[in-house]
Amino acid sequence: MRLFANYGIVLEFPNVQTCCGQPAYNSGYWEEAKAAAKTIISAFADSDFVITPSGSCAHMVHHYVEMFKDEPQWQEQARKLQGKMFEFSQFLVGVLGIKDLGAHFPHKVTYHPSCHGSRLLGVKSEPMELLRNVRGLEFVPLPFAEDCCGFGGTFAIKMADISGAMVSEKVDHLIETEAEVLVGLDMGCLMNIAGNLRYRNQPVRVMHLVELLYEGVSNSNEHAANGA
Amino acid sequence: MSTQQTALKGTVKERAQLALNNDFLRQAVRFTTERLRSGKLKAAEEHGNWDEWRERGRQIRLHTIAHLDYYLGEFATNARENGVHVHFAATAQEAIQIGLAIAQAKEAKSAVKSKSMVTEEIHLNQALQSLGIEAIETDLGEYIIQLANEAPSHIIIPAIHKNRYQIAELLSEDAGEQLPPETSVLAGYVRKKLREKFLQADIGVTGCNFAIAETGSIVLFENEGNARMVSTVPKTQITFMGMERIIPSWADLEVMATLLPRSATGQKLTVYMSGISGPKRADDGDGPEEMHIIILDNGRSLQLGDPEFQELLNCIRCGACLNACPVYRHIGGHAYGGTYSGPIGAVLTPALKKNVAEWDDIANASSLCGACYEACPVKIPLHDMLVSLRRRKVEAGHGNALESAGMKGFAGVMSSSKVYHSTLKLGKLGQKLVVRDGGIPAKIGPLKGWNSHRIAPSIAKKLFRERYGELKAELGQQVKANAEVEQRMQQWLKGRQDGGISHE
Repeated sequence: MRLFANYGIVLEFPNVQTCCGQPAYNSGYWEEAKAAAKTIISAFADSDFVITPSGSCAHMVHHYVEMFKDEPQWQEQARKLQGKMFEFSQFLVGVLGIKDLGAHFPHKVTYHPSCHGSRLLGVKSEPMELLRNVRGLEFVPLPFAEDCCGFGGTFAIKMADISGAMVSEKVDHLIETEAEVLVGLDMGCLMNIAGNLRYRNQPVRVMHLVELLYEGVSNSNEHAANGA
Repeated sequence: MSTQQTALKGTVKERAQLALNNDFLRQAVRFTTERLRSGKLKAAEEHGNWDEWRERGRQIRLHTIAHLDYYLGEFATNARENGVHVHFAATAQEAIQIGLAIAQAKEAKSAVKSKSMVTEEIHLNQALQSLGIEAIETDLGEYIIQLANEAPSHIIIPAIHKNRYQIAELLSEDAGEQLPPETSVLAGYVRKKLREKFLQADIGVTGCNFAIAETGSIVLFENEGNARMVSTVPKTQITFMGMERIIPSWADLEVMATLLPRSATGQKLTVYMSGISGPKRADDGDGPEEMHIIILDNGRSLQLGDPEFQELLNCIRCGACLNACPVYRHIGGHAYGGTYSGPIGAVLTPALKKNVAEWDDIANASSLCGACYEACPVKIPLHDMLVSLRRRKVEAGHGNALESAGMKGFAGVMSSSKVYHSTLKLGKLGQKLVVRDGGIPAKIGPLKGWNSHRIAPSIAKKLFRERYGELKAELGQQVKANAEVEQRMQQWLKGRQDGGISHE
């Protein structure tokens, strides 16, 4: 919110929203998913743009049109929502054309592209452009970056050991990079990776891109204040 | 007992656990899938315009499957004109009966086979052996797993789960002498042994990569030359093919020959590509005197007309989805429990069965990451199909009772932001008992699985929805209007109104 305020945008947070419904949808419980989806559709009926800090939630909205195929009124609303739904970096770079926030973040950083955001929603270049323009940031590529971290929502609970093997391998690669910070665009994946890092007592910091940019902008502001 | 029944023992989780505890298997699978996956990416990049080729491949497959009755008819007519005996089998059992009747009529004692997934699907080897007919796999990988009495664990690399030391042991036992774990020596042994088998065999059994409707021909892709031996030396050839193997023309084969080897192994072309249009003609130097093609349905036609699953029939069995799959990478093929493994197997195995209640839980063994779809040369949306399988099982009332109750609770909480907020507040209160340093390490209740590999985060002391009001009030005074940003948003909105701009 603070980042967007710098560009004259006040983010609204309609209180009626709950969850996009993906946990139920992916598990095959579409009726239950619809109950959650309706809160999202209603919440943003009057918004021009809808922004979410998760590529996975943003992509979930793309399933609404099919989910509501027997409820034309909801389906129409769902179609409208899909057209104005954006993942955070997609909105910042794609709509606003902002690629450089003037952030300063002097750390070694690596990036995990979450599957739904990058593969299904197609958000690939946006986060890289934003990171490229952060001063002082040393970017190190993550080996096998595109491999799923093993989160998969209820998959991590239902198939816990397969998921555990996947996140352990992801974190092995992360440790190989010797990065101080892992950045991503999806809280589910980040929670998964951070949980495994903590389980293994590894000190790598896990941040959402928004958090990194905000901290970077604050660093720059402090720098300017000290310099003045 | 058939291999498939053996493999299906236990639940997906139990079978996966066996694999997860087997370091040899995991290392072997990781090593080979990585090699194949990177080979594929390199080959696709070198070829260029890969996505356009994929789309072309998809269109050919979509068209063929949409008119499958027509092209099957054309194929059968042309093949019969070429002197081939064409048979249609509705079930695995029928296909076996037809195959065995041919073998019995020829008083066959042995059959050599080239690699064929469809004969694995119908368990042909066991059926032949039950009649005392020796069935010999002649693809090196298939030969190895036949010795081990196992099912293939990968569509194109059947013995992917074994390393060369394990293979050397198996082949040494077969040879009656100790063979060194050197690939060339091991392959040399099998080559010599199989030569005799080829010469003795009464029947050659092949699969079929593509069947060309316009000439009634079958096409085989292979690297070892064994399929050529199988289809030229024995007097009788029996080809088994799934009814969806058809493509209309040789021109379409060009696209498939571009997609298949590159997607499978990263090769530009396999070492041998054979087109076979019928039995030996008067002036041919070799070839079978009699040729049969058995076309198998076995659940395939159930997908026709099903909007969610018809595209399954587009599959060209390249195995690229297995090599790209992060789940397959850790659990290998046997954990899937069917003839076909990996993402395609997780969908195909249940889809080929009529009864939803019998569907295994393999559809749950996926994080839905979409790597399979991205790797697929004909763009089959396997990740969406996995969700459809889960939904159909739930809708048919065969879901897990505990999960079902949980999802009802989910709907109850998520349909109202008030209930949702109260639940979170309740959670904040409840977690006080288990939070340590801002995390929840206890392996209890639903967190047991999660916390066996991680530490769960706790719910924030103050939720964003509780902070939002203050934050907005605070920022309200600081917001600086930005003309450029405002203009870009207006432009976007105008574009949307005109129907011109869409971000999809």
